[in-house]
This record gives sequence, structure tokens and C-alpha cells, in this order.
Amino acid sequence: MSYDYEKWIRPGKLPHIWCPGCGHGIVMKGLIRAFDTLGFKKENTCIVSGIGCASRLPGYIDCCTLHTAHGRAAAFATGVKMARPEMDVICVGGDGDGCAIGGNHFIHMCRRNIDMTYIVMNNKIYGMTGGQFSSSTPTGAKASTTPYGNPDPAFDIAKLAIGAGATFVARGTAFHATQIDKLIVEAVQHKGMSVVEILDDCPTTYGRRNKFKSVVEMMNNLKETTVPVKAAEKMTPEQLQGKVLTGVLYKEEGRSDYTTEYAKVIERAQAAKK
Amino acid sequence: MSKKVAFLQGNEAAAHGAIYAGCTFFAGYPITPSTEIAEVCSVELPKVGGKFIQMEDEIGAMSAVLGASLAGAKALTATSGPGLSLKQEIIGYGCIAEIPVVIIDIMRGGPSTGMPTGPSQSDIMAAKWGTHGDHPAICLVPASVQEIFDETVRAFNLAEKYRTPVMVMPDEIVGHMRERIVFPEPGEIPVIDRTAPSVPPEKYKPYDTSFGDIPPLAAFGSGYKFHVTGLNKMEDGFPTTKAPIVQAEEERQVRKVEANKADIMKWEEYMVDDAEIVVVAFGSTSRSARFAVNAAREQGIKAGLFRLITFWPFPEERMLEISKKVKAFITPEMNLGQCNGVVRGCIEGNAPVYGIYHVDGEPVNPEEILKKMKEVK
Ligand SMILES: Cc1ncc(C[n+]2csc(CCOP(=O)(O)OP(=O)(O)O)c2C)c(N)n1
Ligand code: SF4
Repeated sequence: MSYDYEKWIRPGKLPHIWCPGCGHGIVMKGLIRAFDTLGFKKENTCIVSGIGCASRLPGYIDCCTLHTAHGRAAAFATGVKMARPEMDVICVGGDGDGCAIGGNHFIHMCRRNIDMTYIVMNNKIYGMTGGQFSSSTPTGAKASTTPYGNPDPAFDIAKLAIGAGATFVARGTAFHATQIDKLIVEAVQHKGMSVVEILDDCPTTYGRRNKFKSVVEMMNNLKETTVPVKAAEKMTPEQLQGKVLTGVLYKEEGRSDYTTEYAKVIERAQAAKK
Repeated sequence: MSKKVAFLQGNEAAAHGAIYAGCTFFAGYPITPSTEIAEVCSVELPKVGGKFIQMEDEIGAMSAVLGASLAGAKALTATSGPGLSLKQEIIGYGCIAEIPVVIIDIMRGGPSTGMPTGPSQSDIMAAKWGTHGDHPAICLVPASVQEIFDETVRAFNLAEKYRTPVMVMPDEIVGHMRERIVFPEPGEIPVIDRTAPSVPPEKYKPYDTSFGDIPPLAAFGSGYKFHVTGLNKMEDGFPTTKAPIVQAEEERQVRKVEANKADIMKWEEYMVDDAEIVVVAFGSTSRSARFAVNAAREQGIKAGLFRLITFWPFPEERMLEISKKVKAFITPEMNLGQCNGVVRGCIEGNAPVYGIYHVDGEPVNPEEILKKMKEVK
């Protein structure tokens, strides 16, 4: 299948800022394929991001784009979606942006089950500011602010989203590039809050410090440390040790989404007025 | 048909004023002494098809109102001291991205949790310098329940007209007092909407200065597509670090307000013409000051009241003019001299500026002001 990438790239805005080997560009391509598959209309599509390397993505895509403040994408997007429920609203951003500084908005966005999609590009580090640890840096890993190894445990972002009330949660990786658009398409088609975590890499600030010799090695690591949920069903706990599951991890049908519920509030208020 | 009259609390009037101005979206987080604004919005907005959301914190509330405004809604948030501090980064975003929005801050004691139920006027400088960086500031300081209604309508009009966040800052006394209010008929107070683009979507640039200092603002979802960022930007909305553009854009953002001061500033002069002592006051303190001025006149003291209704931009030129004719100024205020410093800053040392400062949760009463007048006479 061929995709119309050019249609969605903003004229004159490339090259992008990302380093060679950065995973964020792979996610952007996946997102474009998803938009193309879904037949999205540019005027009706709003991409909202926070601050960070990942959050620069909206600038390259030709639609309504909102590059907000660090951590606040979910909250800005909530306002956009409430004011225009008919728009397709997609949030994108890094793990630090979405789940550290933006963690509060992230969990409450999930809890409200707003009919939006949030794509977390989890490179396990604060890339833009030079590689400080984030809330998803593995324990023991090196970052510019964990010179002796990270003492903090990491968030499992997908679990966080499920626990907070998102009704569709999936995980992919930058290695499994062709799966990314499929996960996003399914997420967008789900009525309610959908979260897609894409594990990707920051070779510049994470790989270098954590003894990855090359981008290829980081990519292979994404492949070797992940297992599709379907395959995991047939594996023993020993075989699953240290593996991260990918694919659609959670799907809850039938729960009403936030703007639908608010439309009912308006109905009740207006009925009471009469 | 006679007009609708009600006995309302200041905070309730603020919510009704917002709806009169066309507000269709409220996002907030409960905090004393502003909570009634959220409560009334939760009741009234859905009745007119509007929307209310209680966010997880004030940063989220501020972000949500900016998002809603970009999607075309007139949006309001309300808070008090600690919440205002939390909102500040995102208020700056509204300034640089030029997004119309109204923020009501019912002033209580601070810093930090301070005195949650005590009145204060100590957020006045935070309204101008609370968010980092240079930016325009519009701040209205009503002194009665009717004026809260009227000034909230005006705040929306100014936000829409100048494409910028506007603050309304009643002190707790004004926010919680109950008074008679006359609701204006629809259309009686003009309601201004942001200028929509006159060009087709493919020609639209969100910061196109060929339309003047205040570029038209399209709405997401209305057929226009564009980029918005909190980085310094060019006329097409995309980030730039080119020095001349950054300099010009920042100056334009501030100029939007500075060059239109005459339209934005509002004050009342009460017996100022022949006054030897002028009291500069706002909010509930100005009500005490009026009593004091009346009492002083009865005792032969030539006193007058300069009541600020817009605090920012501050009427510097008029203050300077007055300073040339008076013996002294007095600034009674529920803070430690924030207005006093601003008055001093514009009168070139022409007259002494005496302060009466309360941060104890007590209002400044008329006797204190009268006493000070006698001292400085
Ligand atoms: C309020 C605030 N605090 C801190 C920063 C500095 N900052 C910018 S981006 C960033 C981290 C971004 O990391 P992440 O979201 O994981 O994205 P990545 O750059 O790795 O793609 C930080 C800490 C900021 N811009 N704003
Ligand atoms: S610093 Fe890391 S996250 Fe940022 S662009 Fe480079 S590789 Fe990507």
C-alpha cells in the first residue's frame, strides 16, 4: 500500500530538528500513514503537543497544530475538544512531557475518557534538555543527572493509562514501524480516550551514556526486549522475564465518552430551565 | 418592560457578566474566595449551551481555556492567589500566542496559602509581572457588585478586541459582598467579538500584521488551519530566533495595549479638581476612601478620590498632571504598598505619597484614611 506523505507534510518546514537515528521521525511517518488511512481532513484535525523534541512534531504536519507549554498538551487539548467535539484531536509528546511534568493532566484526561488519542513517544529520557532522567528512565540507567545510576523506579506508561481509566491502550516500538500506524488507526477509531505508547530511542543523550554502540544496536534492543501480546499468551513466566508487551493491551467497549456525557448535562440543564 | 433587578454576590455577578459577554466555556479549580464563580458557571453555562469543566488544577484550567479559545469559544477561568501563581506560566503563553481569555482573580491574603478567607489587594503586581518575560497586561479592579458585572463584560470585550488575556481582580470584600444589581438588556452593553479573518484559509497567517497590530484570529475547526506555539514566532505562527523579528513581535505585543491605553484605562475622579490631598484607591478600599473624602470635606479639608477601575495599564499621565497641583497623595491598600510604588513611579517626585497598608485581613476603614489626611495636611 502506498501513502500520501507529501499531502500531510507542511511545505517548507523540513528538514526536521531530530538527530539522525532519533525514533520520533519514525512515529511521525506512522502518524501520517494513519491519517491517510483514516481519510482525515486537515481542517478538522488538531494535533496538540507540549515541549520537548517529540513535541516538535506538530510543526511539520499540515493541519491545525498547537505546540503548547511543557506538560500541558492534555489540558489544552481538553479545551479544544470540549469547544469542538467534532474535531479529531490527537496529542503527541515525550514521556517526560506527558507523564512527568504533565502526569496530572495525563491521568485525568484518561479518567474523563475524552474521545481523543494521546501518543507518548517514550525514549526513556529528557532528550531536548540534554539527557536528564525522566519518569520512565529504567532504574540503574545513566542520565546526565544520574551519574551513579538512576535510583528512581520507572513508570509503566501503558499501565498508568489503564489504571487511570483510558478505554484503549496500546504499545508499539519504533523498530516495529509498520505496526505504528495500525495501532494509531485502531486507537483513533475507538470511541473514548485512547493512549498509544511508542517505545523509541534517543541515541544522542541516552544511547551514548548507556553503552549502546549504535542506533542499530538500540533498534535491535527494542526488538529483543518486546513481545507481542498474542505471542506472550503462549510463553512461560521465565520466557517473559524482562520483556515488555506490545500491541493492543486494553480495550473497553461501551463506556460513554466525555463530550457525549457533557452533551447530556446540557440537555438536563435545558430541560430543567423549561 | 422593567429591567431585571437582583440582589447578588459579587462573584455571582461576575459569572452572569461573563455569560452576558458571550462566554461559552469555563474551566477552573475550586479555591476560596472565588469558588462561587465556578459554581454559578456550572449551573448557568449548560443552560445556554455552554460548557463547564472542573480541571485537576489551575495550570490545567488555564491551559483548557486557551485551548477552548483557540477553538473559537469565549472562555473564562476564575481563581484566587495560590491558583493565580499556578496559572502564571500559561498566562504568558496566552500573551505571546495572543489568545483572548478572561481570568478572574478574587484577591485573598498571601503569599502561599496566606489567609484563604481574608481580603487582600496584593496580587496587583502579579497581574503585571507574575509571568516571566515582557508582555502586555490588562487588569480591571471593580469596586461594587454592579461594577463586577460591567467590568467582566468589558474584560471579554478587551480580550477579544486586543487578542490578549485580560484579568479582573476584585478583592475578597467586593467578591463576597451582596448588593443590588440591574441586569442590562441584551445589546445594552456592546459585546465585541474577535475579528475573524477576511482572507480565505490558504492565505491566512495568524500573526499577519498587514492588518495592523492586532491580527485577525481564526478558530480551529472553522475551516482554517494554522500553527500556534509559545516560542517567539513569525507572522505565519512558526518559531523563529531571527533577532529583528523577535524584537519587532515582542514590541508589537506590548504596543497592542500601550498604544490603546486611552481605550482601556478607566477611572473615576471624585472631587479631585480642587483637592490638596488625593486618595488613590481601588476595589473595596476606594469605598472607604469615598467616606473619608466626604468626612474630610465636611471638616474643611480639601480631599479628593482617584478611583482606579483599570489598574493596568496605569493612568500614569493623569497621575503626573494631578501631582503638579496637590500637596499629597494617600494610598490606602490591603497590601504593603504595591499601588503606592506605582504612583510614586509616575509623579516625578512632585508630591509625597503616603501609604496605609493592611495585610492583617482587615479592611482599611474610613477613619484611618481621615486620620492620615489630618496628619499630612
Ligand atoms: C516548565 C518547564 N520546565 C522545564 C522545561 C525544560 N524542558 C524542555 S523539554 C524538557 C524535557 C523533554 O523531554 P521529553 O518530554 O521526554 O521529550 P524528548 O525531548 O525526550 O523528546 C524539559 C525538561 C520547560 N521547557 N518548561
Ligand atoms: S536529542 Fe534525542 S530525542 Fe532529541 S532529537 Fe536528538 S535523538 Fe531525538
